Parts: sequence; structure tokens; C-alpha cells
Amino acid sequence: MTQLASQIEFRNFNFYYGKFHALKNINLSLARRHVTAFIGPSGCGKSTLLRTINRMFDLYPEQRAEGELLLEGDNILKTDIDLSALRAKVGMVFQKPTPFPMSIYDNIAFGVNLHESLSKAEMDERVEWALRKAALWDEVKDKLHKSGMSLSGGQQQRLCIARGVAVKPDVLLLDEPTSALDPISTMRIEELIDELKEEFTIVIVTHNMQQAARISDFTAYMYLGELVEFGDTDKIFVKPKRKETEDYITGRFG
Amino acid sequence: MNLRSRRKVINKVALTLSLAAMLFGLFWLAWILFTVLKLGIGGLSPDLFVKMTPPPGTGDGGLANAIVGSAMMVGLGTLIGSPVGVLVGVYLAEYGIKTPLGRVTRYVNDLLLSAPSIVIGLFVYALVVAHTGQFSGWSGVLALALIVVPVVVRTTENMLMLVPNSLREAAFALGAPKRVVIMSIAMRAAKSGVATGILLAIARIAGETAPLLFTALSNQFWSTNLNQPLANLPVTIFRFAMSPFTEWQQLAWAGVLLITLGVLTLNIVARVFLQPDKQH
Repeated sequence: MTQLASQIEFRNFNFYYGKFHALKNINLSLARRHVTAFIGPSGCGKSTLLRTINRMFDLYPEQRAEGELLLEGDNILKTDIDLSALRAKVGMVFQKPTPFPMSIYDNIAFGVNLHESLSKAEMDERVEWALRKAALWDEVKDKLHKSGMSLSGGQQQRLCIARGVAVKPDVLLLDEPTSALDPISTMRIEELIDELKEEFTIVIVTHNMQQAARISDFTAYMYLGELVEFGDTDKIFVKPKRKETEDYITGRFG
Repeated sequence: MNLRSRRKVINKVALTLSLAAMLFGLFWLAWILFTVLKLGIGGLSPDLFVKMTPPPGTGDGGLANAIVGSAMMVGLGTLIGSPVGVLVGVYLAEYGIKTPLGRVTRYVNDLLLSAPSIVIGLFVYALVVAHTGQFSGWSGVLALALIVVPVVVRTTENMLMLVPNSLREAAFALGAPKRVVIMSIAMRAAKSGVATGILLAIARIAGETAPLLFTALSNQFWSTNLNQPLANLPVTIFRFAMSPFTEWQQLAWAGVLLITLGVLTLNIVARVFLQPDKQH
């Protein structure tokens, strides 16, 4: 895995919620155009780690990060970076679908309009492109001007993926994207992730061990704010180096 | 008695009590509506809307000046009070949640919300009327606006607090700046609730008498000059209902009916047309 181009790199990375030391000295490199899964029991810090990559923690003044977090070689923890530009490069999809209270079309156009000014025709094209990428186009092409809230849960989550993709980011962060969905919708999203990794670097947090094994190329196992083990998913799941990792993935705890 | 039948009994008792409470409320409401209709309907005529408030003892008159004066003051009071209220509500919900200034603002707003309207009327009297030496429409507008503000602040804040934070995070995650998140996402999600709050504030001030008694006073002639005393429905009703003249009393009941129907309509509009986006 060393020969793979690295997109995101954590160096001596620490994270604090007020005085609570939530992430301890993380060193981790995530490969471009691959899927990396963060697994571990609740409260281990995997979502926290994910949310540092687009600096979501900036919304909460009591949270802070130390160390280095490189995105294509640039330290994005620097105070003077353009957060809007960073978040255009790093998209995010949340646990619960979060369609905006507007039409399906406007849900997609909202993000694009923040960063580009497209003509009507270009925007139409972009919306269709994004919806096709998210495997949603065929289901919604006749009702683009209906409310995004009118879709089913699985469709809403794919709409959120389309919304993130439409901005043309390099990285997609998925925070337990299927934990609120039924198995069929989950399967569709997993297939989608497999297609999206051709173009995007994908980082996914999941509680579902089988899901991590199915869709990720690399897996990071975290426990109590520390990165316990990181490596090829095949190796982690078949022959983990650490006893703790094996205990977790075989369901002995967590 | 086993657990299951005990639960059934408790359920029956609770249901009966809440039904009784509902009927108690409805009974008085229906009685009020019935009385207002019975006594007010006789005064309803085209004259009511085109003729001025009459001198005592003449049967020929209407409430045109009072209706127009009320509409002007309620309209302007809402136009001035609502934007202030919405802005403060946005501050409280989006910026000042845990800040000391936010806490103080919220507390002061609660005080203002429960302040008797006669206090507001006297305050504006001391502040404006006593200084200008003149009862005026503008001072009435100010008093009504002061009543609108805390109502709108409270509903705006509450409605914005109901917008899930995940929706804001999703917008931030797309790179949206805070003002866009507030304007395009949070306010859009809360807009029907905010609009309902404004309508309810209008309903509230439409019938306020005390603040106008000390500010706009009344005017028996046609006037749209806000620098002069201005006729309005509540004070006219107050004066006419207390009078010994049957024509005036009849007009007072007609005015009460007008206000009641207006407030009822506003409430129905708020309920029917401004419900939160349903799944459709």
C-alpha cells in the first residue's frame, strides 16, 4: 500500500473536546481513489476522526485539533485556509438523510451555486450528471421539482450523495451512511460506493463489520481514541495482527 | 385487579378528565361566539364600513374611521415589530444559544412577553405622548409594535430550534457560509412556523385596547393622519359599549364581531395554509 498515492495524511494528530482527549496521536495515510473504512466500538473516535477531514469541528468552539492533517500535501489545520474551498473538495454524507426543504433539483443546485456560477443549461446537465452518479436519475427524472423530502429514506440518502458529488469534490466522507436504511437501500448504496471510488477518495465510518469487509480496500480499527490497527481490509479481517482487532471483528466485544 | 385491567381503568379516567377539560373550554368559547354573533349581527350592514362613528343619539353611522385606523396601526405595528422580532429570534437560535448576551436577551424577552399591555401603553404614553403633548397614531403603532416583538421573537426562536442541527451541518459541509445556512436552509425549513407566529401576533394586537387608550386615543372623525389621534376599533368599542346610547352599543357589538371574525380568520389561515411542509 505504500506505492499508492496518498490523498489524506494524519501526522501526530490529536483532538480534544474541551479537556477530553478524544483522539490520541493518530498517524494514518489514506489512499487516493480507494475506500477506507473506520471501524470500532461506539465512542472510539472514528466519527470524530472523519469529521476533522472537512473541519466540521470548526462549528463548535470547544473542539480543537493539534498536529498535522494533510490534504494533498497541504496542512488543512492551518487557521488561514478557506473553509468553503476545503469543503468543496471534501464532501460529506451523514448518518440520517438530510434533504434540504426544497426541490430535488434545488437540493443539488444549492451546493453547486456556492462555488460555481453555471448557466441554466449547464446546471441542468450537472444535476443530471450528479443524479446519475448517485444512481437516482431514473427514479426522479420526472419529478425534479418535487420536494426532496418526498423521497423514500434510501432515495433521500442517494440524493445527499448526489448533492455531495455535484460539487465535484476529491474526497467523500460517509458517516454511517446506511445505518438508518433498510437492507435493499443499503445494498444499493454499497454498489454505488464501489462505482464512486473510481473517481473519489472515499472514507466511511461504519458499525457494520460485514459492510466494512465488503466495500473497503483499507480498514482502520480504532479503540478509545487510538488507532489500533490499519491495513488492507483483506488482511485485517482474515488475519489481524493485534489481538484487540480480532476480538472486535469476531464479535467478542463491542 | 390485575395490571391490565388497572391500566384500562386509569386510561378511562384520564381520557374522561381530558375530554371534560376540552368540553369546559369549548363551552365558554361557543358561548362567547354565540353571544357576539347574536348581538353583533344586527349591526352588520354596508353602512358599518362606509360611515363614520356617529355623534350620540343618531342612528346613522358606522365604524369606517375606526376600521381604517385599526388596520393602519395593526399593519404598521406588525411591519415594524415583525422584522425586529425575526432578527432577534434568529440571533437567539443561531448565534446566542449559550452566550451570556443570548441568555439575557431571552430572559428580557420573556419578561416583555408577559408584561401587561397596559404597562406598554403607559410606557409609550410617558415616552412619546407626554413629550409631544399629543395623542397620535404613531404612538399607537409603537405600542402595538412593542407587543408584536416578543411574540415573534419567541416563535421564531422556537421554530428555528426545531430545525435539526444535522440539516445545518449538511449545508456547512457543502461549504456554505453561515449566513447562507441560516437564510437558505434554517429559515426556509422554519418559514411556515415563523409566518404563523407573525399571524398570531397580528391576532394578538388586533384586539388590544389598553395600549391604544393611552396612545392613539380615538377620533370620531375620518382621519388617516398618524400624527393626530386616530380612531380604532378597540377603543371605540370600549367607549361605545360603556355609553348609555343603544345605537352606540349596537355599533360596539358589531365592532366586537368584526374583530372576532378577523382573529378567527387569521387563526384558521395560520392553521390551514401555513402548515409545515408535509410529505407529498
